[in-house]
Amino acid sequence: MRAVRTVAVNVFRESVRDRVPYNLVLFAVLLISSSYLIGQLTAGQDVKIIKDLGLAATAVFGLFISIFIGIGLVSKEVERRSIYALLSKPISRPQFIAGKYAGLVLTLAVNVAVMSIALYLVLGYMVWTAPPTIRAGWDAPGLDPALLKAIFLIFIELMLITAIAVFFSTFSTPILSAALTFGLFVAGHFNADLKNFDRVVNSRAAVLLARGAYHVLPDLSAFDVKTQVVHGLPVTAGYLATTTAYGLAYVAGLLLIATLVFSNRDFK
Amino acid sequence: MTPAISIEELTKDYAVGFWRRRPYRALDRLSLEIEPGEVFGFLGPNGAGKTTTLKLLMQLIYPTSGRAEILGRPVGDVAMRQRIGYLPENPSFYDYLTAEELLNYFGELFGLAAADRRTRVSALLDRVGIGAERRLQLRKFSKGMIQRVGIAQALLNEPEVIFLDEPMSGLDPLGRRDVRSLILELRDQGRTIFFSSHILADAEALCRRVAVVAGGRLAASGRLSDILAFQVRGWELVMSSVTPEMLARVQPSVRRVTEISPGRYALELSLDQAPERVLTDLAAAGATLISLNPMRDTLEDFFMRRVAEAGSGARTPQAEESRARR
Repeated sequence: MRAVRTVAVNVFRESVRDRVPYNLVLFAVLLISSSYLIGQLTAGQDVKIIKDLGLAATAVFGLFISIFIGIGLVSKEVERRSIYALLSKPISRPQFIAGKYAGLVLTLAVNVAVMSIALYLVLGYMVWTAPPTIRAGWDAPGLDPALLKAIFLIFIELMLITAIAVFFSTFSTPILSAALTFGLFVAGHFNADLKNFDRVVNSRAAVLLARGAYHVLPDLSAFDVKTQVVHGLPVTAGYLATTTAYGLAYVAGLLLIATLVFSNRDFK
Repeated sequence: MTPAISIEELTKDYAVGFWRRRPYRALDRLSLEIEPGEVFGFLGPNGAGKTTTLKLLMQLIYPTSGRAEILGRPVGDVAMRQRIGYLPENPSFYDYLTAEELLNYFGELFGLAAADRRTRVSALLDRVGIGAERRLQLRKFSKGMIQRVGIAQALLNEPEVIFLDEPMSGLDPLGRRDVRSLILELRDQGRTIFFSSHILADAEALCRRVAVVAGGRLAASGRLSDILAFQVRGWELVMSSVTPEMLARVQPSVRRVTEISPGRYALELSLDQAPERVLTDLAAAGATLISLNPMRDTLEDFFMRRVAEAGSGARTPQAEESRARR
């Protein structure tokens, strides 16, 4: 456990030194400037738009961090040969992968937490300045705690994307890993369509292929409850629990395969 | 007594080529045993299999066949790594860390307590000559300074067995002298040192025993004195008061004549020429003996010859098998 924690803390330190937290400044600027502009343009809808924008930006910024740091987590160590000295220390290859993954998840957790605080601060300001008549017309309270449900599932989705990036990073180049991870991200969001592929094509082979892909690819659309939350629709605890369990099971599976691949690799 | 390092028939094949993958034997049935407390030189030219061997010992690559143990434990044993240190060839570390942070990071992996880490990191960086630069990020370090940091990290856990891959690489003469004295210091502390090098002077200065690898195969191993003692390749006779007439008389028996000063000559005789006869002839004619010495191979001569012998032929597993059968 000590080895995993040590590697994780080092990944977090690397992301800080690589100026990853700068994205938080960009996020805050985007949110504050948008809230000001939207406040000038719309009446009554501005809180909803800010919620939409805030959640979408959290997901997109997180996605960039997951992919662009995730793909280099392992391959960069191999390329710069820092892995030689590291693996001669008392740390196993599975611990190395777990530490790398945990470090990036820690980075994402801090990012998502700061973005969430920024979103609530902007929403708080809007609630404070909005007249009671406008507030009465909102679908959901301005400082709706249900937003945390959407943020939580965004975080689980980012954990899953990070696991995909780390998996590809164990045997592929950063560029190819980025392309494959992004491809899986896109495919994952349209996964539900693959289930009903037989409605649009006649080829049995294509339908079977699509059905197979549906079962193998992650269903990322399940993690997207932004619309429900923004419109004040319920997201049950049961749904949160099953989706989280699904995401974590997928993460565990990916990390297990990544560990197997990495454990058998030669570092020439 | 359990050997510090035991290598048995260690072999590594790689697949090379893009379309038509064909096997390439990087290391061929290497067997070695290194005793605790010994400084062992692992010598060979570039591409001989030295780094492959070290990577196999660190389990950075897996053997095709054969086995290796360090301190009686298989090389894959993670707990055993608590007791060893490793300096990779041309080391590279996290350039966003300072030297101090890097050593602290590795110290944490070894489970050293914070206070202990602080003391050791500071002492080691002092020992390898990294001063105020220790608080600079490694991206600002020169190659020689990185090498020094690499040596420091290899000693952080006070290892019983230390593997150094080309430890003098990138160092200036002063740095090389420092590393030599550090290795001797470690030897005096009873640590086992396995170092690879293609610089023979280092081996001559530091090692009791060496192994020479060439073309992926063990060309020779043993005590330096034994390896070189057998390689007497002639005689050197130095005499004074030698006249040109005397020289002309013994010329057919002499391989080379070098005039040291007027009347004083160094005569090089091949191994099959009896030096006594030339010496008697010249002494009888009035010359004076200054010295008579066997001319031994330097390690460099030995090394070059073995490399040349091993260098021919394709390095495929099949070629190696048939060579072994012969």
